[in-house]
Parts: sequence; structure tokens; C-alpha cells
Amino acid sequence: MSALVLIELHGAEISANSRAAVTAATQLSDTVDALVLTNDAANASAVAAIRGINTVKVIADAALEHVSAGIASKLIAGVMSDYQYLVAGSATYSKNIVPVVGALLDAQPISDVCEVKSANTFTRPLYAGNIMATVESSDEKILLTVRATSFDHAEDGGSATIEELSVDVPESNSTFISLQESQSERPELTTADRIVSGGRGLGSKENFALIEQLADKLDAAVGASRAAVDAGFISNDYQVGQTGKVVAPKLYMAIGISGAIQHLAGMKDSQVIVVINNDSDAPMARMADLVWNTDLFGAVQELIDNA
Amino acid sequence: MKIIIPIKRVLDPYTQARVNKQTQLVDLTNAKMAMNPFCEIAVEEALKLKESGAASETIVISIGTDKTVDTLRTALAMGVDRAIFIKTEGDLDLQPLHLGKILALIIKREEAGLVIMGKQAVDNDNNQTGQIISGLLDYSLGTFISKFSLSDDAQSIEVSREIDSGIEIRKLNLPAVVTVDLRLNEPRYASLPNIMKARSKPLETVELSSLDIDVTPRVKVISVVESGTKDRAAKQVSSAKELLEELTQMGVL
Repeated sequence: MSALVLIELHGAEISANSRAAVTAATQLSDTVDALVLTNDAANASAVAAIRGINTVKVIADAALEHVSAGIASKLIAGVMSDYQYLVAGSATYSKNIVPVVGALLDAQPISDVCEVKSANTFTRPLYAGNIMATVESSDEKILLTVRATSFDHAEDGGSATIEELSVDVPESNSTFISLQESQSERPELTTADRIVSGGRGLGSKENFALIEQLADKLDAAVGASRAAVDAGFISNDYQVGQTGKVVAPKLYMAIGISGAIQHLAGMKDSQVIVVINNDSDAPMARMADLVWNTDLFGAVQELIDNA
Repeated sequence: MKIIIPIKRVLDPYTQARVNKQTQLVDLTNAKMAMNPFCEIAVEEALKLKESGAASETIVISIGTDKTVDTLRTALAMGVDRAIFIKTEGDLDLQPLHLGKILALIIKREEAGLVIMGKQAVDNDNNQTGQIISGLLDYSLGTFISKFSLSDDAQSIEVSREIDSGIEIRKLNLPAVVTVDLRLNEPRYASLPNIMKARSKPLETVELSSLDIDVTPRVKVISVVESGTKDRAAKQVSSAKELLEELTQMGVL
């Protein structure tokens, strides 16, 4: 039986988590199709270039640019009659929609899959990643969101067929008003090779700017602990951890972060972890490959000057 | 307008989850339990709406064994008007689809105009139940909200959703389900007089078996392991130059 991958688009750009979903889907089925909900059918051509996809099914309608979960799920459920699997990359886009599809198809979705063990057996984290569970689904249709850090990102090089579906888009009971996009010239947090992340130890929004300066010097993305977000140093979309983003960069620099388990859940798979802190007892240090116990501000300034 | 707040009792989030080697499940015997932090935020938001006069009644629901009543009483002590306790025989592995069906049934029975709940429970981290309820009832949905306001005509709400690319603002027609994110508000503590008062607030018990909902697990947990965090052998450095050299040698700069 075949698998359908729900693709998340930002304009014509394919979200990295969708590429991870394609890889997971190819582990489940020989026939992998993609579904694109978009305001512009031309956006499908980029998706057709992803290696591993057979057919790209496109539903294009002006109403789908900022689609509600209610509408998206009805459209997806309609397409799912031909498929056994629905696979999406774990992200706020899919987390908003996939469970609603589950309600419509009477299927129990599986969130944040880290490994495909067999056709119906998967691993996924519980308790902020402190527990890894192996779970087996007995559903006829299996709905999965997969961790982008756990699967390779399918690359371009394919040439899938594009099939535009003509479907009536139902009336929505919610209306999009606006999107305040985070403007950043820096690499995207979930796909960056390097991340400089700051915590409550920085003390103020003004001091947090040092983290941003260092990130720019190292061509890194900026991250933050929940404590830093709660304290108002930076907005929530920079949060790394259980309730924020999950990252696995080559380099993770944790500066002024104490290391609550909820934060570790979001970054423990990083290749090299550097901890800079003035508190040598903080649990974060146990996670580190390199530790620099020192005055934070002096250290960050010294790094900016020398990098 | 009635507001329903489904809440969950979970392992205290500051406690490390441990696996019981015999049962191959997370061991909750004698563990410190607490209301899921996102549920506290949901309760707070419902109370604010009641205090502003926008809500006529706030109703908290939870599903589980007798101990779940403690969590419901906590919500009553925070100020919620009444509680509905869905009682299970023993610890069942209830999954979001089951929870959604049970809650949807009660939400319909109560004719609630608004459902406010946490975006996820910090034990299973599914982030699904609110979405499933909206799908089952065809209510409008606002997930991961950090701002909330009711329209003047009380027919719709405007929410700010914290999504990966920034903040999305949507208008939701009522009835609606919203799931709350961390920054929506700062939950209040229950005062001692309110804790006393909560004891006499109405708490209705409904046997799960009386609801005629199939709760056979769809997704079976086969095994669990503590993945935790591996301690790494940290090397101390003492200057920016030394650190940058190390990182260059490791090939990450």
C-alpha cells in the first residue's frame, strides 16, 4: 500500500521537515506520493523535484494560502482513500492538521516518530524525550508526524508526475487575518549547522543582543531556553526544547542556560555541545563536550572579537 | 457562554520519569503528580473570561482513576465553577482519539461555546486532543495560542497562534476549541479560603463505561526505555581562542 506525504510550503519553498517526511515514507512504502495544498499550482514543480516521490497531487485554491486545520483535514481525508499512510514532518503546520485528519478517519495519529521499525511499529519520545517508546499501530490508516532531526532530508533529483485535483474547497469556520513573520537573515533554527543559544543567565533583552552578535559572527542560528523566552528576552519561535523546537546541529553553544530537562529534550542530539556559564553546578555542563566556566559577558565579547 | 476546560493529571514536570523494569512502563507508583502546566494556563484563561463577564460558567473535566479528583479540586480551588469527573476502572491507556471522543460527548451535552485546553500534556507529548475534538465536532480550531480576545458581538474570537514562522492571527467562529501555549498568561495560585471553598463545589462523577465509547488501544506501547541524556566528558577551556581552536579541530566551525 502506498504512502502520502503532506508537504508544508512557504510560498514556493519546501519546508525541511517535509523532506524528512519523504525519507520516512520511502521506508514504509515503495509508492510515495505527495500532497500539496497551495494557493498557486505552480508551487508543485519544486515538490516534483524531490527524489523519492512518484506523483505530486496538488489542490490549488486562493483559500489555501493560510489554510485552516478544518479545511486542510477535510481535503486530506478525501485524498486518503487511496493511501494507507499519511506522513508529515513534525512542525506546527502538521501538528495543527494531522490530528484533525485522525478524527475524520477514526485513526490514532502517532506524533514525533524518530524511527520506522516496521510497517506498523515506530519509536517516539515521551516525557520530554527522557523516555523513548516503541509503539505498534493497529489502525487501518496510519498517520505519522516525524522528527526532522531523525530522518535524512530527501534531496532534489527526482521528476515526479504532477496531478492537479479539482476539488471544491469547503467553507471555513475560521478566517486568516495576518501573519507576523519573524524576520531573520540568519540560518533557520531547525536546519542550521550551528546554533548559539541563550538563557536566563543573560539577564536582559539588551544583553541577549550579544548572543545575536555572536551568532552572526559564526554564521549560526539563534536559539533560546524557555526561561529566556518567558523573561521576554526573545520571541517564542526561537525556543528550543520540549515545547519549542527540536534541533540537532553540528555545534550547539549554550550560553547562560541552566539545562532544565525540558531544554535538553530539544538539543541533546547535537553533535558538539559547548556550555558557557558562570554556574559550574548547572546540569547543562554534564551535557557538554566543552565547558567554559567564566563571566558570561566577558566570554561572549571575547568570542565575538576573536571569531 | 459556557466554557469547558479539559485538564490532565501528569507526573510532576520537574520529576524524572523512570521505567519500571517489570511492567516495561513508566513507573508512576508513589510519584509526585501535578496538573499539566498547559492545563493551568487554560484554567486561568477561562477564569479571566468569567471574571470579565464573557462567560456564564466554567466547567473543568478530567478522565482517570479516583486520584484524578485531586486535580479537579485544584482547578475548583483556582476558581472554576464545577467539575465533571470521568471515572475509569483502573489505569487505562487512553489515547487522544479516545479522549477526544469522550470529551466531545460531554462538550455536546453541556452545549459549551468554547473549549480551552493545553496544547499538549507533558507526559505523552502528543499535542493532539484539542485538534481531535475540533475534528469530531466540526468546531473551529485555534492551536498554540498566546493571545485571545472575544469579539464585541460574542460570536467569534481572535487568537494569536505561535507557529514556526512567527505569529498567525486568526478569527474563529464560535463554537471553538483553542489550545494554549505558555505565554498566554500567568496562572494564579489557589488561596487557602478558596481551597476550602472548592470542597463544596459541585463535582459530578460519570462512569466511563456508561458512555459506550470503545477505548481499545489503537496504538500499543510495546516497550519503553530511558533515553535520558548521556553525560559527555566535558573538557574545560579557559579562553575564547582555546575554545575556537578546539571547535575548528572538531570540524564544526
